Amino acid sequence: MAIKQEEIEQLLREGFPEANIEIKDLAGDDNHFSAIIKSSQFKGKNRIQQHQMVYKALKGKMGNELHALELITEEK
Amino acid sequence: MTDINEHLSEIIKNNKVVLFMKGTPEMPQCGFSMAVSNVLKHLQVQFTGINVLEDEKIRNGIKEYSNWPTVPQLYVNEEFIGGCDIIKEMFEKKELQKLFEDKKISFRNN
Repeated sequence: MAIKQEEIEQLLREGFPEANIEIKDLAGDDNHFSAIIKSSQFKGKNRIQQHQMVYKALKGKMGNELHALELITEEK
Repeated sequence: MTDINEHLSEIIKNNKVVLFMKGTPEMPQCGFSMAVSNVLKHLQVQFTGINVLEDEKIRNGIKEYSNWPTVPQLYVNEEFIGGCDIIKEMFEKKELQKLFEDKKISFRNN
């Protein structure tokens, strides 16, 4: 199970069009990535809600094709 | 057999601090589960480890229960606190320690 970085980036761009998004490939195996997302959509949301918003944008890939995503979310 | 959600809420209700993880605290079988388990051990918090690898129904059920797609998952006083990223961030910012203090759960602050 794997996923290309471009695909993650595209899904996140669609979910958070105005956000600053930084994605890093942690292991070069298309399975372990980190992402820092700064978005105004996170305003007033707690961390769990923010991460759930990101997982929703990833349309079910999280925990399936995408095994590991180290995620940091911040309000913009 | 009770419905999986009832079974999960029983576990969560009966354990002040419960970590759904891959493997056990003594033998974690995933880096993320080990990281959270190690944070709890470092803080010397009493906690229950639930090995989701032993029961596919729990492994999938817990993801629906909390609307969270991965394991590990930490619950304190029946509240979902987060997965590996959030627990690590909270630990570094001392928010996890504050949470335990607020919920009167004993830990060693070092």
